[in-house]
Amino acid sequence: MKRFIPLIVFIAFCGLLYVGLFMDSNTDLPSPLLDKPLPEFSASTLRNPEKTVTEKELAGQVFLLNVWGSWCPPCKIEHPYLVNLAKQGVNIIGVNYKDERDNALTWLERLGDPYQYNIVDAEGRFGINLGVYGAPETFLVDHNGVIRYKHVGIVDRQVWEDDFKPRYQALEKAMQEDVTQ
Amino acid sequence: MILLIKRSCRSLLSVFALLLLLTPAQAVIQAYEFDEPEQREMFNRLNEELRCPMCQNQSIADSNAPIAQDLRREVHRLLTEEKADEETVIEFMLARYGDFVLYRPKMEARTLVLWFGPLALLLLGLFILFRLLKRHQPQVEDQGLSEQDQAALKNILNGKDHD
Repeated sequence: MKRFIPLIVFIAFCGLLYVGLFMDSNTDLPSPLLDKPLPEFSASTLRNPEKTVTEKELAGQVFLLNVWGSWCPPCKIEHPYLVNLAKQGVNIIGVNYKDERDNALTWLERLGDPYQYNIVDAEGRFGINLGVYGAPETFLVDHNGVIRYKHVGIVDRQVWEDDFKPRYQALEKAMQEDVTQ
Repeated sequence: MILLIKRSCRSLLSVFALLLLLTPAQAVIQAYEFDEPEQREMFNRLNEELRCPMCQNQSIADSNAPIAQDLRREVHRLLTEEKADEETVIEFMLARYGDFVLYRPKMEARTLVLWFGPLALLLLGLFILFRLLKRHQPQVEDQGLSEQDQAALKNILNGKDHD
């Protein structure tokens, strides 16, 4: 019996690796901001540099906060789907992260603009407060300004359907209940 | 023929050594000003303690990633503008990036396996090795001959003498 021990260990190890093939190899950092309010900020908007916006203005709707930049190739890949979502009525607010205003505006001209407006974060300070480490990143925020979900990377149809849509709809429902009370 | 191989090996080695010299890519050297020398020391220590969220196997001291540069700048700002101490800076980063931003994991119940796992496995391996070696040692058993065999032996010896 003892002679089979190495074989058994090997098979067990193989089993472990096999299961590992199907596991989600998520190298994203888990966000400590979940269920916490959006960090405070005060910034100008992209199209309207004189207008200042703070975290208070963001409350009142369920929305996606999309961190992007014209320098970021995956953002370009994700963008058409965001335009699509906006057309369907999804609220999207953008954070123009570490970008140049002109480049960003040109980019939106060319690729379409799904954003209600864009918060300008040229230095990346707001990004650091959000725990952003690379674009694109998308947050789901409820009507009280509390972060409920975060996705690092491209938001495509699968990500929207699997991760965002159920939560978005649940939060909208909660907002309705809040409002009618 | 052998001389040829030896010579090409040597030149290959020197090329390799030269390449090694070129590899350490220094992080972008940014001239940071500090009010006190203590702050600079804290700055350097903190940069070694914080992990680059993008290049996750490097500290922000080593990494060239944009986020690493931003975080170094932020550490500098916290130290100089907000007069923060090291603990405050660490907490600042933890609040935004989570436990993983610590280059050396915290010592808690969760991370015990991480810290002591390799050592435990090593000890286990040594233990198994020890047991294996012990088993393969030739075991010399000196039982001696039974009484019957001894009598038989005596007979044979005596018989041989008489022949």
